Amino acid sequence: MSKIATVWNREFRSFWLSPIAYIIIIAFLALTNFLYFRTFFLEGQASLRTFFDFLPWTFLLILPALTMGQWAEERKTGTIEPLLTLPVTEWQVVLGKYLASVTLLVVILLLTTPLVLTVKVLSTNGIDGGQTLMSYFGALLLGASYLAIGSWVSSFSDNQIVAFILSLAAIAVLLFLGLPFVTYFVEGGFSVLLRNIGLTTHYSSLGRGVLDMRDLLYFGSVIYLFTFLTTRMVESRKWS
Amino acid sequence: MIEVSGLTKKYGDVLAVDDVSFSVSKGEIVGFLGPNGAGKSTTMKVLTGYLAPTEGTASINGHDIIDAPLAARSAVGYLPESTALYEEMGVVDYLRYMGRMQGVSAADIQGRIDDVIQTCGLGTMAHKDISQLSKGYHQRVGLAQALLNDPPVLILDEPTSGLDPAQIVEIRALIRRIAEEKAILLSTHILPEAQNTCSRILIISNGKLVGEGTSDELLDMVSGNEQYSIRLRGGDGTLKKLEDLRGVHNLVSSKEGSELTCTLTAEKGTDLREQIFDTAVASGAKLLELSHRSTSLEDVFLSLTGTTGRRGASADAEGGSDNE
Repeated sequence: MSKIATVWNREFRSFWLSPIAYIIIIAFLALTNFLYFRTFFLEGQASLRTFFDFLPWTFLLILPALTMGQWAEERKTGTIEPLLTLPVTEWQVVLGKYLASVTLLVVILLLTTPLVLTVKVLSTNGIDGGQTLMSYFGALLLGASYLAIGSWVSSFSDNQIVAFILSLAAIAVLLFLGLPFVTYFVEGGFSVLLRNIGLTTHYSSLGRGVLDMRDLLYFGSVIYLFTFLTTRMVESRKWS
Repeated sequence: MIEVSGLTKKYGDVLAVDDVSFSVSKGEIVGFLGPNGAGKSTTMKVLTGYLAPTEGTASINGHDIIDAPLAARSAVGYLPESTALYEEMGVVDYLRYMGRMQGVSAADIQGRIDDVIQTCGLGTMAHKDISQLSKGYHQRVGLAQALLNDPPVLILDEPTSGLDPAQIVEIRALIRRIAEEKAILLSTHILPEAQNTCSRILIISNGKLVGEGTSDELLDMVSGNEQYSIRLRGGDGTLKKLEDLRGVHNLVSSKEGSELTCTLTAEKGTDLREQIFDTAVASGAKLLELSHRSTSLEDVFLSLTGTTGRRGASADAEGGSDNE
């Protein structure tokens, strides 16, 4: 346990030692606020829906940058060797690194609260606190799934840029699967299956303020599956 | 402390380490000597758990590297060949991280850091970022990191590579200083390093262990000759008499003015220096120069590894610039 915390601590601090965390946060906030307030006054209605609707797309552009270096950089500089010859299991290192990126995601989400407060002040009939909280929870699970996929891609890549593009592509596939413009073209049962595999279905379900076990199970499975695959990928070097 | 038996490692179809067995006990510095690509680093990577062996096994401080990997790794301080460090971190910060990961408790960590900074002569660099350090100090931070949890076993992959001659001397002295209480396995492709630092040498070539012993024992493995270079003035018939000395195989001479230069090859294990002197004096010649050279470890190395030419066995003190 303390090993996971030690890895987490180093990884989280190293985000701030390089410009990467600042660039990602500024880019994310600029993008989200621009997209939101662009239509805010046109609609004449204070609702957070568009904000949460944009999140899967802004996350898609931003979050792969958080994980692209996670393993690719260790492999490129060679620091992976002293790291994995320490008395720790691969699982502990994978988890510590992953949780550090999730922590940065939490920071990013917290930094969007001024937007929410602005809307709350401007709106005439207030906003639904419970639904907003649940939407945030959904956003956290969605982002955490992106990060798990990004970690996995980074674990078999030597190059950060390649890792970024591949993660983006992998997440996009999972995102598109559940969208109507894909499910529209396939038949009945298969369409339902696709919708349930897709990330958006579960994200919007949480966004409606409903806490459904199936959605929790879905995000839990995606996160577990990809952190598990990352661990196996990191272990596979032994038999190369 | 290190027990290796029948260790084999294949990369796909390529045999990198082939049935290697050896042991290193407490107080020993064992040199792992071989040309580049002989399998030194691969063996070390297997011992430290970075790679899994294809066949065979090894144990460190009694812990099997396959059955008890974490216990085995806790007992090893490892300096990889690349000496890769987190460049963005400060020296102390990095050491604290590595120490905690090695299992040093929060209460002890500061004391251990102070200790290794002292031992490795990092005092003036302690508060810099690693990216600001020179290659020599990188190496010292890597070594400091390996010592943090005071492990009984040290595995050092080319600890002096890329250092200048003064730094090499310092690092060697440092290794000898910490050797008493530990079992140390260090790899090198530089012969004088193995000869100067190590109490025992393992010679590896193409993944196989081809020689093992102290440098004297290794010299005995290869039958060589004794060679004498002689320079004389005057004394007719000296050459004839020298040729008749016991055990002389061969004599080559050349004349320059009044000076006669000759190279005399004799049977191994004989020391003819006094007889050469007496012979010269007896025939009225003035002995200007006399030097003796027996088989060097370099000859042993070349003959055991089957290397042609002098590559990989360079005797230059600043070797290691040809990192692979």
